[in-house]
Amino acid sequence: MLGRRLEIIIAGFGGQGVMVMGQLLAYAAMDAGLQVTWMPSYGPEQRGGTANCTVVISTGDIASPIVARPHVAVAMNTPSFEKFEPRVVPHGVLLVNSTLVPERSHRTDIDVFYVPAVEVAAKLGTEKMANVVMVGAMAAATGALPLNALQKELMHFFEGPKEKLVEPNRRAMRHGFGLIPREDRHGPYFVVASAGDLGA
Amino acid sequence: MKAVGTKAVEMMTEVTGEPRVPLGERVLMKGNEALAEAALKAGCRAYFGYPITPASEITSYMARWMQVEGGTFVQAESEVAAINMVFGAAGTGTRAMTASSSPGISLMSEGVSFLAAAEVPCLIVNVMRVGPGLGGIQPSQSDYFQATRGLGHGDFRVIVLVPANLQEMVDLTFEAFSLAEKYRTPVLMLADGVLGQMMEPVTFTRVIDPASMPEPEWATTGASGRPKRVVKSLYLDTGELEEHNVALQQKYRRIEQAEVRWNTYDLDGARILLVAYGTSARVAHHAMELAEERDMPVGLFRPITVYPYPYDALREVVEERGIEHILVVELSAGQMVEDVRLAVEGRCPVSFFGRSGGTIPAPLEVLDAIRNVAEGLPTARAASKKGGAS
Repeated sequence: MLGRRLEIIIAGFGGQGVMVMGQLLAYAAMDAGLQVTWMPSYGPEQRGGTANCTVVISTGDIASPIVARPHVAVAMNTPSFEKFEPRVVPHGVLLVNSTLVPERSHRTDIDVFYVPAVEVAAKLGTEKMANVVMVGAMAAATGALPLNALQKELMHFFEGPKEKLVEPNRRAMRHGFGLIPREDRHGPYFVVASAGDLGA
Repeated sequence: MKAVGTKAVEMMTEVTGEPRVPLGERVLMKGNEALAEAALKAGCRAYFGYPITPASEITSYMARWMQVEGGTFVQAESEVAAINMVFGAAGTGTRAMTASSSPGISLMSEGVSFLAAAEVPCLIVNVMRVGPGLGGIQPSQSDYFQATRGLGHGDFRVIVLVPANLQEMVDLTFEAFSLAEKYRTPVLMLADGVLGQMMEPVTFTRVIDPASMPEPEWATTGASGRPKRVVKSLYLDTGELEEHNVALQQKYRRIEQAEVRWNTYDLDGARILLVAYGTSARVAHHAMELAEERDMPVGLFRPITVYPYPYDALREVVEERGIEHILVVELSAGQMVEDVRLAVEGRCPVSFFGRSGGTIPAPLEVLDAIRNVAEGLPTARAASKKGGAS
């Protein structure tokens, strides 16, 4: 059986760290004992070009790692917003990097969160942490995986001399989590099966 | 003067102590890297390759780690050179491999024919991308004909393994070297851009120390103190060449008897059978579950070897389960359909759904194709799996 699934597409410019965002989820899902696949869009790589990755997390075996209509989409730039906003399944979640994306969704059948990820990251020290801020916000808005589980996986990306960057990134993720108002936060997706779940 | 490459050696020394990928633990790895790691753990000690998307990570992983393992890595000047380097290294009995993607495999085809003729074991990996020509870099399964029929000139075959997930790809990498040596033949791992590029948890369970493997009795390791051994593909005497060809064909018949692998899913009550391999089998599997939720009677047959092809197994499933319609799902224009038709010999209609040009169908697209087939079924049997087989 395929089990309970959560399908996530994260998209943005090359260089914004969208692949790392997906990998943070993938590592945390694996360590939580879940099945997971991470699939990048790949192409002639270019800083500033568009990039996205698809993460599927499941309590059972994952058949297709390919997703046409995700439960959750994260748009780090305007082309990604335009491409994936219409594809989110009804009752799904869309997170928008509102520092760079001026557009607003007109959909009423999904939950949309406008997260000023770049602005918040800049205030915390560097815009480069916008991706991690957004992962924190996604954790709060979807309940995909616990914040502390995701923070723990930062170590994979900052080894050796870069290890000192783990702590600022932990903080950035927590700030991102805090950007989602308490009443809008989603309970743990893979523990409690409640009504109004993400289109599963 | 400082020796050239000192820094590289330092780096290697530094990394030698690390448990690169520990045994028995779930690790998250990219498909290409998991395959390369599996090859190293299977005792592969010679790698020759030329980078190409979406297979390049295999070559870069080997560049980083092969010398740490005490093996030989060469980034060849071309795919033609790479396959001939494999010929030379594997001829000494060393576990050797190369990896490329579709256009690169075409370039290698002459060398593959030489390896098959000289009966030299090796692993060749094709992480398929879309063709024809340079085509593009997106995933595809359009090299099926080439892999199963025409990987070079002359009357020969290579064993073709088609994994559908990364754990299976890891396990089949070990198996590939064993099969190659058992039958003295090249073995082709036929993956695609999805399997090469995706990440998934895998577990490694064993390491083979090449020093523990006996030297093959045919390998050219230096004839000091013993009669010389010859590894060759040239036979100018026609009688001798026919004997050689007959022997090769006898070997292929043995492979067809003993090495067919496949898997089946949800055959109970199935009236429609999906047949798919590799990435398209994953999409088909998901579509099958969606179809079952809608009470459509669907099962899945997944070849794990496509040479030798599971002709008998597929025919038996069709007969024993009373399958009324087969839907083949591929990332190509329908190349495997020919083998499916050979298997079922007209016992039921065979339809095809596929996308090409690098597009991967979503499970819902395959579901639509299943629905079309289901609507064409006679309604005598209940349209539910619960209706049971006749």
